[in-house]
Amino acid sequence: MDKQLITLRVNGEVHELAIPVHKTLLEVLREDLHLTGTKHGCELGECGTCTVLVDGQPVLSCLALAVEWQHRDIVTVEGLADGPRPHPLQQAFAELGAAQCGYCIPGTLLTAKALLDHNPRPTRQEIKEALSGNLCRCTGYIKIIEAVERAAQRMAAQTAFAESAAR
Amino acid sequence: MADKTPFSIVGKPLPKVDAWAKCAGETIYADDLNLPRMLYGKLLRSPHPHAIIKRMDTRRARALPGVHAVITGEDLPIKFGILPVSQDEEALAREKVRYIGDPVAAVAAVDEETAEEALKLIDVEYEPLPAITSIDEALAQSENRIHEYNKVGNIQKAVALEFGDVEEGFAEADYIREDIFFYQGSTHLPMEQHAAVAAYGPDGKLTLWSSTQTPHYVHRALAKVLEMPPSHIRVIATPVGGGFGGKSDPFSHEIVAAKLSMLTGRPVKITLTREEVFYAHRGRHPVLMWVKTGVKRDGAITAMHFKTFLDGGAYGSYGVASTYYTGALQTVTYKIPRYKFEGMRVFTNKPPCGPKRGHGTPQPRYALEVHLDKIAEDLGLDPVDMRRRHLVDENSLTVNWLRITTCSLKACIDKVIEASGFRQKFRRLPFGKGVGFACSSYLSGAGLPIYWNHMPHSGVQIKIDRGGGVAVFCGSIDIGQGSDSILAYVVAEILGIRPEDIRVVTADTDLTPVDLGSYSSRVTVMTGNAAMEAAEKLKDLLLTVAGEKLEVPKNRLVAVDRRIFDAEDPERSISFVEAVQLAEARFGTLGSVGSYKPPESPGKYKGSGVGPSPSYSYTACVAQVDVDPETGLVTVEKIWIAHDIGRSINPLLVEGQVEGSVYMGLGEALMEEQVFRKGLHKIPSMLEYKSPTTLEMCDVETFIIEKPDPHGPFGAKEVGQGPLLPVPPAVANAVYDAVGVRIDEVPITPEKVLKALEAKARGEDGRYGPSRIPDVAFPAPTTVDVPPEWQPAIVAEGTS
Amino acid sequence: MLRLPPFTYYAPARIEDAVKILADYGPDAMVVAGGTDLYPNMKRRQFEPKIIVGLRQIRELHRINGDAKTGVTIGACVTLAEVSQHPAILASYRGLARAAGLVANPQIRHMGTLGGNLCVDTRCNYYDQTLFWRQALGYCLKKDGAICPVAPGSQRCWAVTSTDTAPVIIALRATLRLVSPRGERLVAASDFYRDDGIHYLNKEADEILTEILLPPIDGLKTTYWKLRRRGSFDFPVLGVAVALAQEGERCRDVRIVTGGVNSRPMEMTEAERILIGERITPDLIERVAQAVYRPVKALDNTDFVPLYRKKMAPVFVKRALRELLGWPIQETPDGHTSAAG
Repeated sequence: MDKQLITLRVNGEVHELAIPVHKTLLEVLREDLHLTGTKHGCELGECGTCTVLVDGQPVLSCLALAVEWQHRDIVTVEGLADGPRPHPLQQAFAELGAAQCGYCIPGTLLTAKALLDHNPRPTRQEIKEALSGNLCRCTGYIKIIEAVERAAQRMAAQTAFAESAAR
Repeated sequence: MADKTPFSIVGKPLPKVDAWAKCAGETIYADDLNLPRMLYGKLLRSPHPHAIIKRMDTRRARALPGVHAVITGEDLPIKFGILPVSQDEEALAREKVRYIGDPVAAVAAVDEETAEEALKLIDVEYEPLPAITSIDEALAQSENRIHEYNKVGNIQKAVALEFGDVEEGFAEADYIREDIFFYQGSTHLPMEQHAAVAAYGPDGKLTLWSSTQTPHYVHRALAKVLEMPPSHIRVIATPVGGGFGGKSDPFSHEIVAAKLSMLTGRPVKITLTREEVFYAHRGRHPVLMWVKTGVKRDGAITAMHFKTFLDGGAYGSYGVASTYYTGALQTVTYKIPRYKFEGMRVFTNKPPCGPKRGHGTPQPRYALEVHLDKIAEDLGLDPVDMRRRHLVDENSLTVNWLRITTCSLKACIDKVIEASGFRQKFRRLPFGKGVGFACSSYLSGAGLPIYWNHMPHSGVQIKIDRGGGVAVFCGSIDIGQGSDSILAYVVAEILGIRPEDIRVVTADTDLTPVDLGSYSSRVTVMTGNAAMEAAEKLKDLLLTVAGEKLEVPKNRLVAVDRRIFDAEDPERSISFVEAVQLAEARFGTLGSVGSYKPPESPGKYKGSGVGPSPSYSYTACVAQVDVDPETGLVTVEKIWIAHDIGRSINPLLVEGQVEGSVYMGLGEALMEEQVFRKGLHKIPSMLEYKSPTTLEMCDVETFIIEKPDPHGPFGAKEVGQGPLLPVPPAVANAVYDAVGVRIDEVPITPEKVLKALEAKARGEDGRYGPSRIPDVAFPAPTTVDVPPEWQPAIVAEGTS
Repeated sequence: MLRLPPFTYYAPARIEDAVKILADYGPDAMVVAGGTDLYPNMKRRQFEPKIIVGLRQIRELHRINGDAKTGVTIGACVTLAEVSQHPAILASYRGLARAAGLVANPQIRHMGTLGGNLCVDTRCNYYDQTLFWRQALGYCLKKDGAICPVAPGSQRCWAVTSTDTAPVIIALRATLRLVSPRGERLVAASDFYRDDGIHYLNKEADEILTEILLPPIDGLKTTYWKLRRRGSFDFPVLGVAVALAQEGERCRDVRIVTGGVNSRPMEMTEAERILIGERITPDLIERVAQAVYRPVKALDNTDFVPLYRKKMAPVFVKRALRELLGWPIQETPDGHTSAAG
């Protein structure tokens, strides 16, 4: 079995690993880096549960070869918080009960982060479109969408505050 | 919502106690466990729907490097099953396989890939038998038996109950209508695939971590099959990544992981693939239904006769209970003075069906609510008024002896009718747009346990630390519904502290008192009551010492915000921590227990065990749809739904359960199908089994109707399952309002709508649905004396 | 966890190197771009190549050049998300942007590429299943079996073309650039597909699709309509691409191409003939739409019952044309209109 030395940058940390080339990013994150916050629901790209960010865009880690995504900026749910401070999305999801069983939440949070990073004030329809690749069986998505809206408002307020403070 | 309650925690939209971990990705689900020296298990499954196992040879698999154990049915010969009456499952099939996916052998190896390779090296010789894949085939091929233990052919269970003389009731009717409906099977599709890790130690003790809704029942099954004392087995239910009923049975992979660990002396993990989850199933039964109802001109029901035929799949699972449930709850919404129910579950060579959200009741509820909609139209009555006029009374018994306590269905109806503008829309919207209405009810926990015993259904222990920290121990398992949080809220409310002061320890058979599990919407009511009892005992100790210290009578003391104070002079107070230390000095180590057992059911007939509950929740629902007459495509634009919760302990969680139920109801109403071709699952994948995305989910306006029920903690009733029930019939009724065709079969797909529209255009019946039920005799019904209020003379007086 | 079978992986930086690796290893090697089609198929053991040649590192495959006047050239590894959002494509080749934007879901559009979507494997619910499932079935003609369970009497494979972008590319009269050890060749998009579920592309195993060349738009308006159960995730089980050029009230040119039915995208030439050169009226649109019913072949191997998919073809063609004409999508007695699919 071909093993290859690879370099992955995950949540800002650089990891050097010797892995079989046919391992997916999902498997490497969970089994080699023990970052089990990234979940899996089908391993075929059919549910969105394993979503992580690569260079700020949501991708399915179950369909990504780890060797193909070296030297890119990978973010998992473990990398969302700012030290002990939850990301505004995490805060809003917790406050509004957007996580029921919680299993789809890591992937959903990351997809939502990509949305807000590119579109800080999305409409409800834009949120639905952006999250349409993340299945959730518990919530009916309603609290999830509301939480994204709340986080967007807070982040916008923070940005406005930071900008006014900088002036 | 304005705060009118006397509570400081109850009724507040607080975050769940596990919310932060879940949003940080820190929650450890079963497949996230990784123990030193852990092996990986895989199950070999039958590729035949029905076959005799002629020969099995595992030698080549054993010889593969990296393989540590290979087992077959001979290693686990004892049968098990969730219900005592249907102990018909083997962890690994021994003589015969009964569905494609039935496990026959298992391997433990150093990694999943090696285990997978080893499975290919197990030689199994099968002798295929004819496969039975439908209700009709099951009834026709009575000699080709799937099981031997049931009495007749492939009929696992046939029940017949008659409450009062229905023929007499039909004779009194002004109008009688019969209808036939079919509700397709569907599966839970939890996002988390089932997983279990077993670790057997040199001390002869076994620990199993599993994604299960019923750790107590898994504990019992393991003890039975492994022939070990239960005291040497510890079952820990890990946080469940979605259950919906699909993780309520003891499963093959749990028992196999345990056995493989015992044989290898190493931890063993088995995680099912998504495809295997479709085979594990235990989902919604496909049910064919026939209903006949007699009514007076004003819509008052004089009698109802209901027949159900359940396609059960290959094993018993909860099926006997499911069968009774298809007939039990018709009576708890509208007054039905005479009622006859005949139900039948057949075995087929498909994955076993079982309990899915609403367990056996969404199918008849769909039939009933569409049937009533048709009756209202036939009689020229308003479908809302007709129902609303004949609702059950509070504090009454139904004709089948179910005890109604509180019922706020009328308030629910009024709320959704007003909010949706139903009266301005019904039969008045342009062609293609429509509104539909339906009601429902569900139990707040099954009145009886799954195995016969007199012990509590739920137990809670509380210990208090000198620093004021409170630990709550309970066997309940949080499957996302928030049961851990409910324990914290209830105890915090009573002790006058904050939920964050409480550590909740749950679902560990070594550490926590038994709770029967997260099924039948029982957890808030039962663990809540048990927690209240335990907390009240401790509060009494704390108030005793506080009263002495403050020189205030105990009954004047109030515990709120981590203080205990005199209600008449709030300045006179001590802190919670001080009270705790005084109490420990006075009484010794502080701890207490509480337990809960539902009230005994008044029904005493055979079959009366299914249906009773401490209380019933009620739901009313209006759906607004757009139907594209050219494509048949149904878009649900909005759902208005009001739910009688009794008391909302946390409105956020209640809304979440309502919204999730609406979602799952819409999936079943519009697109989800667990379907087979010659016994082979047609679409065992997340892509082809259609689970609605954000784009299919409609807006939902939820109304929480509160009127405390005497049997619930702070008056709470259930919410996890009931709100699913009215959604499919409300959608079906709305489709009729929109384009004038009746879709008497769920799911309501564009194909069916278009066919019905085409039929209507040809001048035929604008309907899609089944036209016949099997010609099969039910046993003579058990005739049950009706409660006094339903004795004919009194009924006559009541309706005159 | 479903896992990939082992293989050796190459990530050449130049097309020539990729071509050479393919030539060296022959049928044991497969190329991968986004991986969203190949990897699931490999996990289900529909393919078990010993060599994978990743195209992601080849810079020139990621470029978009040109404009509506001169034509636009799109590298095969441009992602579907980029295609759907690119200003020039959005402005002038709207049907392509729309088709790309309707593929699967947002994550897959960030990974999957235009080249990959054009080459996406034909699909069939007897074929897109795990090894275990296919073994229980007894396999099928497309992989390891002797008969096609969809139509056991027939000698061919009926797997369905499932690319969203190909119908639009064909309607645009695009050209594809293929590179192999023998050099490069240009092939008309319409000639790229074959009516065979197994050998569904006119592409040799050692050829790599490198570029998609869109001709100048020349007054064409394009759209794409897609039938599927859900608004996300699902492959098309009927796709309709229409390109229309008007001259006053008359139709100067029209191309109508279906996908998601048959084994290849089909140009509906009979329907086109009815419309070209004629004054466009609602009745004529209706006739055009009806003309697509007969050539559409739908069998019971995807979501939706086959007859329904066939019946929807005229409806979708009609709606696509009405959309391009700026008419209400749907005419009903009360003027009720419905949104695009």
